[in-house]
Amino acid sequence: MKEKLEQIKAEAIRQINESEALDKLNDVRVSFLGKKGELTAVLKGMKDVAPEERPKVGQLVNEAREEIERVLEEAKANMERKLREARMKAEVLDVTLPAMKSRLGHRHPNTIALEEVERIFIGMGYEVVEGPEIEKDYYNFEALNIPADHPAKDEQDTFYINSDILLRTQTSGVQVHEMEKGKLPIRMLAPGRVFRADEVDATHSPSFHQIEGLVIDRNITFADLKGTLAEFARELFGEDTRVKFRPHHFPFTEPSAEMDVSCFKCGGSGCRFCKGEGWIEILGCGMVHPKVLRMCNIDPDEYTGFAFGVGLERIALLKYEIDDMRLLYENDIRFLRQF
Amino acid sequence: MNTSLSWIKAYVPELDCTDQEYRDAMTLSGTKVEGFSRLDNNLEKIVVGRIDRIERHPDADKLIICQVNIGAETIQIVTGAPNVKEGDLVPVVLDGGKVAGGHDGGPLPEDGIKIKAGKLRGIESCGMMCAIEELGTSRDLYPEAPEDGVYVFRKQVTPGADAVEALGLHDTVVEYEITSNRVDCYSVLGIAREAAATFKKPFHAPAVNVQGNNEDVNQYISVEVKDTDLCTRYCARVCKNIKLAPSPEWMQRRLASCGIRPINNLVDITNYVMMEYGQPMHAYDLSTIAGNKIIVRRAKDGDTFQTLDGQMRKLDSEILMICDAEKEIGLAGIMGGENSKITDTVDTVLFEAATFNGANIRKSAKRVGLRTDASGIFEKGLDPRNAEAAINRACQLIEELGCGEVVGGIVDVKEPFAELRQIAFEPERINKFLGTEISREEMLEIFERLELAYDAQTNLITVPSFRQDIECFADIAEEAARFYGYDKIPTTLPMGESTTGKLSFKLRIEQKARDVAEYCGFSQGMCYSFESPKVFDKLLLPADSPLRGAITIANPLGEDFSIMRTISLNGILTSLAANYNRRNKNVRLYELGNIYIPQSLPVEDYPDERMQFTLGMYGDGDFFAMKGVVEEFLAGIGMKARPKYDPNAGKPFLHPGRQALIRYKDAVIGYLGEVHPEVTDNYDIDTRVYVAVLDMPELLPYASFERKYEGIAKYPAVSRDISMVVPKGVLVGDIEQVIEQRGGKIMEEYELFDIYEGAQIKAGFKSVAYSITFRAEDRTLEESDVASAMKKILNGLEGLGIELRA
Repeated sequence: MKEKLEQIKAEAIRQINESEALDKLNDVRVSFLGKKGELTAVLKGMKDVAPEERPKVGQLVNEAREEIERVLEEAKANMERKLREARMKAEVLDVTLPAMKSRLGHRHPNTIALEEVERIFIGMGYEVVEGPEIEKDYYNFEALNIPADHPAKDEQDTFYINSDILLRTQTSGVQVHEMEKGKLPIRMLAPGRVFRADEVDATHSPSFHQIEGLVIDRNITFADLKGTLAEFARELFGEDTRVKFRPHHFPFTEPSAEMDVSCFKCGGSGCRFCKGEGWIEILGCGMVHPKVLRMCNIDPDEYTGFAFGVGLERIALLKYEIDDMRLLYENDIRFLRQF
Repeated sequence: MNTSLSWIKAYVPELDCTDQEYRDAMTLSGTKVEGFSRLDNNLEKIVVGRIDRIERHPDADKLIICQVNIGAETIQIVTGAPNVKEGDLVPVVLDGGKVAGGHDGGPLPEDGIKIKAGKLRGIESCGMMCAIEELGTSRDLYPEAPEDGVYVFRKQVTPGADAVEALGLHDTVVEYEITSNRVDCYSVLGIAREAAATFKKPFHAPAVNVQGNNEDVNQYISVEVKDTDLCTRYCARVCKNIKLAPSPEWMQRRLASCGIRPINNLVDITNYVMMEYGQPMHAYDLSTIAGNKIIVRRAKDGDTFQTLDGQMRKLDSEILMICDAEKEIGLAGIMGGENSKITDTVDTVLFEAATFNGANIRKSAKRVGLRTDASGIFEKGLDPRNAEAAINRACQLIEELGCGEVVGGIVDVKEPFAELRQIAFEPERINKFLGTEISREEMLEIFERLELAYDAQTNLITVPSFRQDIECFADIAEEAARFYGYDKIPTTLPMGESTTGKLSFKLRIEQKARDVAEYCGFSQGMCYSFESPKVFDKLLLPADSPLRGAITIANPLGEDFSIMRTISLNGILTSLAANYNRRNKNVRLYELGNIYIPQSLPVEDYPDERMQFTLGMYGDGDFFAMKGVVEEFLAGIGMKARPKYDPNAGKPFLHPGRQALIRYKDAVIGYLGEVHPEVTDNYDIDTRVYVAVLDMPELLPYASFERKYEGIAKYPAVSRDISMVVPKGVLVGDIEQVIEQRGGKIMEEYELFDIYEGAQIKAGFKSVAYSITFRAEDRTLEESDVASAMKKILNGLEGLGIELRA
């Protein structure tokens, strides 16, 4: 009996080792371990074995079965591994073939620049708001301390609908709308489209964008204005950016200033980009004029504030080194895809 | 405004700085220096030479050989200049020296032109005699220079002396940007005062004293101002025995540095005083003034007047005129008249220095179409106190220059001056406002330099009349800040109550629109808000379309930019057309921008500014691709219900069979479709174009960023496929409506999986197949549940004339 089992086992292992495919292995399993298999036949012949021998024979049969199964599994794993390796060998890719991309669209450079600016000021607690593009004279001029005969109101610059209604020439009017709401303190950022009667050329457009900033609170100082805008410049143009404030004049701020940043191309040593100046003019700003506060029913003895206005196109042109403003409104896909 | 630095130094003699230091310091104290140019740039080794002997060149008709004494020695120079003669004193550039440009007066080369000794037609030449253009300047500024040839000194200069010095070219012309509030700085004295304060040096205004003869000016002229609202002061003086001659060199040089061409002593004096004091003046030939009388009054509508440039000008009743007893003789503040202008035979001159209403001058100059140096200054609104000083300064110069005899006295007609402003001195408040710790003493020192007088008793600062810009505390603070130095003010961040930084809900929705559009392959364009009224025809809008009721700009750049758009399509179609024309393939663009719907015409109040999310594309993709983008966006902003598409959109600019209104619940939130082929023709696009326009204000009420977890289904779904033969006119939308209405609560979703028209289907019908999924939240569905739901659906479909396919 024992010999027979050894024989069966040896035969099974021989057949396993000779098998070259998974289905052959399965045949071996069936012919030895299946219902009609040889080992099963041995078990069936147990009735001829003496009862006291049976456990021993049973054990031998089980051992043989386990051994065959073990060898079978091993052979199967081995074969599967080889197959997988062969398949992978056949599946080698030329990884330098072009990528398959879904064609994403591109944001306009103005918007990219705007979102940068918004991110910086939202981080400082500013709420982004909007105002009307078709505006009343009062909000665009008068409430900003630009009286009726001021040269800034000259028709050369302003598109009028009628004597009272115009296309806003600046986003500064949003300051007035916000202040009139009577909710203090204010920290607002108002981006938007503005219009001036300039013919289209490489540096002018009759329609462009400004970003207006306004802070009104108790104890706001000119030093706060400087600190805030210096922080903004570093965030937008890089940690090493230096700023310079020059006195200037705007009717709705006093004192007023223009802010230059150190040229982010040459670091301030002077290059073609900054026309050898080392500095680039970025924005106008100032402390909100007491007359403007008073017109908005804010007591200038109690509250002070600062305001600033940035030309969005100016930032976009500088930051992305775009040399012609007309590109921003042509919407040529070859231009837009570069952003 | 331009001035020479030497002119500034005439009033601030202790000013000692380099050009760059001047530029930086002035800019930081508020007088922005735009640039400066050295007049002696690239002028090297140029001395005065005296031509001692001239011989003909043996081999060239047009050349001569000059022996030129340059002080220490005599050198030989060959020249082609036609104008020189023996004894002439001329500028000579020596071997190895440099000149600024060529004799043709063209653009100056950056590094100048190097001059070397050499031979001209075989004859040694050791330098070059210079034309005025070669010295980097022009005959406009040196009128005595010959039109063609070498500059010859009129005055006595010593051979060997620095010729650049002798020409007054060791100087710097500084260009300033003066802000509109600083009227006083449109004058050399104003800038000099700022320079003195900036560099903390004493400021010396010119000492004005006029002798005058013992006659009385009132015997010569009387003045009557009728329109005192437009003329608050009129000063007149008379000078007789006028002797016209060139003005002295120093005056010519100073005028030239401002870009003003020297003419003669009389004209130059008026221009000089205009630049020096910022007060334009005018000179009339007294003999042309009828009745010895000046009347200042408004013109009459329809009058015409010939200005001294010979042009006829149309007048109106808002234009102020200077008149004599009979006629108009000058456009006040703008230009004098042909009939009273100074000629070479003038004997007696009437000087005028007046203060006109700035806004009126600005508007008049514009209407007349004549903007002069004088009107440009007047329109800023002048200090009436300045007029008298200026006219006396002019008369002083008449006397000093020997130009004539000044008649004693002045005619001065004026309105009462406004009182000088007084402002309390509040140093603590200034420091609190600026965030500084400037000492009281330092502030007072600054104010003193600016001629802001402080009275310790009243604690008031008195503002001089020329500083019209200083009105209140904040202005005083700015003066302190400017001269303390903006750069020395610390940098801090605002303290106080914290606020929440955020985008408004509308802006967040727009941000999502950008994200979805870009995810779907659309790039962002930007289009103008104004366009041409022709757009309506291009878009095939009928004559009575309300969209044609656009807001019109009163003063547009041209018809193409004359109306505020009422529909956003033109922008995107124009952009697509530009891309198509440039052969860009597969272009997808979107735009977020307003349209402007007037509440009434003519416009009386704010119009309705409606943000439009406009998408347009050509190339890959079709109507349903565009529809997909719309639905992605709606899903992205939390609009989860199925939008409905109404094919009866009635948009004339879209393909009649390929357009739909987009309905969401009760609102029409936009439309989409294929652009009408006639419209694409109008835009020169020779391919199919698809557009979608979403009217953001309409969909905003339905949008939300709220999200809630609804659980994942626990019980299995059952699905049923139905295949139908549908009359062609029935829309799948109609079928879906039946499925939705009749499917009951257990109907979870449905999906169109096949639609077919063709040979196997009978004419006038199409084959449509849906897969409908049922599921209950609380149990496994029984066969009977599904069967009854299906039965209801099928009954409903039969009502549409639909047959089930086996």
